Amino acid sequence: MSRPLLEVGNLTAGYGQTRVLHRLGFDLGEGEIATILGANGAGKTTTLRALCGMVRREGEIRFDGRPIGGLSTEEVVRRGIAHVPEGRGTFVRLTVEENLRLAAITRKDRSAVAADFERVYDYFPRLRERRRQQAGTLSGGEQQMLAIGRALMLRPRLMLLDEPSFGLAPMIVQDIFGILRTINSEDRVSMLLVEQNASLALDLANRAYVLETGRLVLSGPAAKIREDDSVRRSYLGY
Amino acid sequence: MDAYTILQQAISGVATGGIYASVALAVVMIYRAIDHFNFAQGEMAMFSTYIAWSLMHAGLPYWWAFILTLAISFLGGVLIERVIFRPIHDAPVLSHVVVFIGLLAIFNSAAGFIWDYTIKPFPSPFASGGLFGSTLISLHKAGMIAVTLVVLGLVYAFFRFTEVGLAMRAAAQNPESARLVGVRVEWMTALGWGMAAAIGAVAGMMIAHDVYLEPNMMIGVLLYGFAGAIVGGVDSPGGAVFGGFLVGIIENLVGLVPFVGSELKLTVALVLIVGVLMVRPSGIFGTRVVRRV
Repeated sequence: MSRPLLEVGNLTAGYGQTRVLHRLGFDLGEGEIATILGANGAGKTTTLRALCGMVRREGEIRFDGRPIGGLSTEEVVRRGIAHVPEGRGTFVRLTVEENLRLAAITRKDRSAVAADFERVYDYFPRLRERRRQQAGTLSGGEQQMLAIGRALMLRPRLMLLDEPSFGLAPMIVQDIFGILRTINSEDRVSMLLVEQNASLALDLANRAYVLETGRLVLSGPAAKIREDDSVRRSYLGY
Repeated sequence: MDAYTILQQAISGVATGGIYASVALAVVMIYRAIDHFNFAQGEMAMFSTYIAWSLMHAGLPYWWAFILTLAISFLGGVLIERVIFRPIHDAPVLSHVVVFIGLLAIFNSAAGFIWDYTIKPFPSPFASGGLFGSTLISLHKAGMIAVTLVVLGLVYAFFRFTEVGLAMRAAAQNPESARLVGVRVEWMTALGWGMAAAIGAVAGMMIAHDVYLEPNMMIGVLLYGFAGAIVGGVDSPGGAVFGGFLVGIIENLVGLVPFVGSELKLTVALVLIVGVLMVRPSGIFGTRVVRRV
């Protein structure tokens, strides 16, 4: 088997004096979807933020074999990691199209960018309808689509998704997860997914990691984790 | 007082208003990037004007000196951000204010030290006399308006149509998200400083012919620029430009009122600042910040 796309070892991170993650270790293969489960405050969001340098972190992070643990956020992103943040990170005063165009400015392949615009608009026809509208006027679901669209415009190899279902109607969540599945299978984009809705996350993911107060307590194939009694009781509710 | 005088003063107000608009725009650009008012903006512009003066004295023709001054000011602005403001970007507001005022004092006395305090005439690139021979507006004032409009137009086009402009808007609006699409936010801030310094330099070179070159020449202009920025809305570049023009016109027309005269003109700027802040704290075009609780 070839080397994993993302390798994390001894990852420690926190805010100020408070440590949130304690010596985390996990990895993610090319084309794989992994999900991180855990209660509120377990460190799921912090893990994603640590990977792309949005919080102070120590430890080993390798992406495609190269260390990225010392890079600033913008350099991590330029290596091919797209983070779809909690709260969606919309540029509210820019138009929908400007939001997407912005994500492509680091790219040199002009013609492929034009094709990617079409692809994003095909995935999310709503965004095409509203391309000239200020992004701040979009609904929550549309802003989530825009956040995923922005990430796609970066042509990433890995997407970090922070609660993409948060605050959305079930129908829209279904749509968005379906599209994530398509992106993964057609473009071979790997994904690391943090999600409150554990059942949904385990459906999409191949692998799962369970975090408890900043420590990794369980890991394995998603189907196996789903059968685990404690996971079922804590996160699936049956 | 007849209608002709009023029209004449209003047009003259548009000319100086353009200068205030440029200064207001420079102030707003830095405000949007770092959330602070650059009190040293005027002194930076004054210093740039001295550089232009030196270049012209060294024998450079006006427009060459003009362009070279823009380049030097741009680099100077970038340098100030990188060397002075980058290290303190997390510091509290008061630290910023102190550094801004320190910078103001440094530029002011450095200019006095290098070029001394005697008042110097500054050339106009435009011929003397009236536009098309009329007495309504001088060629210099008409040229000032033209230069200002070109600068404002270029800045607008830059932000509206270029990718770097888009990245700068994004970085100012939402730095964290901008990083997440690979924008190098720190460099965008530095670029903003450079552009603001260059815009200020244009304002300084244009107004120096009227107010004469001396280390304190920009203090009044900066005050009007602030007034323009506040009237228009500190976070709205378009608003700041509008506010600058408005302040220029008001300033000139108020000078016509018998008991105000030219002595009280500067007070008008302060009254405007205080008045607008009392009635509409975010300015005419500024966004009101609404926070959820």
